Amino acid sequence: MRDLVTEHRLNIVLALILLGGPLIAHFADEPFLVTLATRATILALAGVGLNIALGLGGLVSFGHAAFFGLGGYAVGILASHHQTYEPLMTWPFTVNGSNQMLVLWLVAVLVSGLAALVIGALSLRTSGVYFIMITLAFAQMLFFFAISWPAYGGEDGLSIYVRNAFPGVNTLRPLDFFLLCYGVLMLVLLAQWRMTGARFGIALQAVRQNEGRVAALGLSPYRIKLAAFVISGMVTGLAGALYVDLNRFVSPSMMSWHLSGEIMVFIILGGVARLFGPVVGACLFVLFEHVFGSFTEHWQFFLGAALLGVVLFARGGFIGLVAGRARHD
Amino acid sequence: MIEPVLELKGLTKSFGALKVTDGVDLDLRPGEIHALIGPNGAGKSSLIKLVAGELAANSGSIRFDGREINGLDQIARARLGLTRTFQVSSLIPEFSARGNVMLAAQARHRSVFGFVRQVSRDRELTGEAMQALERVGLADRAAVRVSELSHGEKRLLEIAMALAMRPRIFLMDEPMAGLGQEGSSRLIGFLDNLRREAPILLIEHDMDAVFQLADRISVLVAGRIIARGKADEIRTHPEVRAAYLGEDEA
Ligand SMILES: Nc1ncnc2c1ncn2[C@@H]1O[C@H](COP(=O)(O)OP(=O)(O)OP(=O)(O)O)[C@@H](O)[C@H]1O
Ligand SMILES: [Mg+2]
Repeated sequence: MRDLVTEHRLNIVLALILLGGPLIAHFADEPFLVTLATRATILALAGVGLNIALGLGGLVSFGHAAFFGLGGYAVGILASHHQTYEPLMTWPFTVNGSNQMLVLWLVAVLVSGLAALVIGALSLRTSGVYFIMITLAFAQMLFFFAISWPAYGGEDGLSIYVRNAFPGVNTLRPLDFFLLCYGVLMLVLLAQWRMTGARFGIALQAVRQNEGRVAALGLSPYRIKLAAFVISGMVTGLAGALYVDLNRFVSPSMMSWHLSGEIMVFIILGGVARLFGPVVGACLFVLFEHVFGSFTEHWQFFLGAALLGVVLFARGGFIGLVAGRARHD
Repeated sequence: MIEPVLELKGLTKSFGALKVTDGVDLDLRPGEIHALIGPNGAGKSSLIKLVAGELAANSGSIRFDGREINGLDQIARARLGLTRTFQVSSLIPEFSARGNVMLAAQARHRSVFGFVRQVSRDRELTGEAMQALERVGLADRAAVRVSELSHGEKRLLEIAMALAMRPRIFLMDEPMAGLGQEGSSRLIGFLDNLRREAPILLIEHDMDAVFQLADRISVLVAGRIIARGKADEIRTHPEVRAAYLGEDEA
């Protein structure tokens, strides 16, 4: 069967649409739509993170909200300390807050990566349904910890009032902040694209398809999966950092299992293991939320119907529908 | 006397009450093909799994290059140069034939953490893979996805992957199965030369192949070695005829 278009071309078109939409909205003086697109972009990045574990590695994590939330809290906590001029700690050395996104992102990525290392090291000893349940359990643990920890707002969450700073960018302007998020998303997608065809990506995809074979060749599936899980957690953590700057607010709901499920929905809607799958999925999600959400609070019914349609009739998601089956060398 | 590369002593493995490996002694010497034959369910594949480390032995010793490797896992043993092929082809279904062999070459280099350089442009890996594919006669099928290869081609791909590992010993579990007359006789010629690169522990049901290739033959029945010797000795061995060859002739 000839595909309508190659996946590569489709991806370029999608990237241009995601860029062009908000630009048009900006010049049509619709800042709300720019913000909506920013939300989709950030959620897409969270999905891109999960897609590395789930799509490439077959690791069905139902706890990625943990990394999203940890990235978010890293930003929230550091930014709030910066605003109150109170250091995070004074002993054995002083650690101050920060309002520099580059610093905050780095911390967010390190914190979520470290968490993914610990959670992954334990969870990856299991597989299948047990893996799903254990990742969920870890995320729920962190969720309840965030709720019960009063220092940073507990259940009510934590506001940061002012968006953090990025050199040379006025992050307070919706379009500027969108372009920043868009740039991050594109850079991560570029890196993932390279990784997928490089030795690590190849080994990871082999592990997904036939773990025993990879072990028989003398490569450790466990280490490959763990590395993928850490990279995956870092990317979703970075998305969490951006999300907090978008909303100027972080709360435990960023770590709820609903969010883990939503991130997974992006991937399924858009196409599992497809580079732009989560991008399409997150955009559809935000679109549904906005369009159907404007006349019914039960908009998720329509999302559910779309999801059912994909699972029953278009297993490759949107990308699979348009660009056909994935190609491998 | 030449030191064996691989030496099993008193190897035992049970699945519950079933003793699949029952005090097996066996060795593999440089340059030889040692065939392991026996009726269905005798425990041949299990023995290969024990050597490769896919199964853990209950007792006994496995020495490789004079070193006890019983405590090492499958991954560590593969890295030492014990390479097995599977009775039922075990491949990466979505990869091309070349992609599978490149993975084996990559594994030989123990290289996993490359994130930027594209494997498809990697001269080293593609070169090694094409060389292995050529040797088994699959070069013109290099770009074909595994799921679209024929059964016989998958069998040959197994061999190509093992070649790309450049192992110290080959553990081959019924490589001829499903190859057909012509394919089998070509593979026989190939293995005949291959023993000079690395010795082969060969499980095979095709008796013509075994009698042509094997320097020594061990006969496994119900987990025990009941006879061992050169082709002529095994052909005429009364116990073997009763337990095994008899079945064929009946
Ligand atoms: N994991 C397992 N658990 C329980 N029993 C097993 C297991 N693996 C193999 N067996 C049993 O052990 C016996 C030996 O199996 P094995 O595959 O080693 O035989 P084989 O000699 O390779 O046979 P064949 O010629 O059919 O390939 C069989 O009875 C099999 O059912
Ligand atoms: Mg067998």
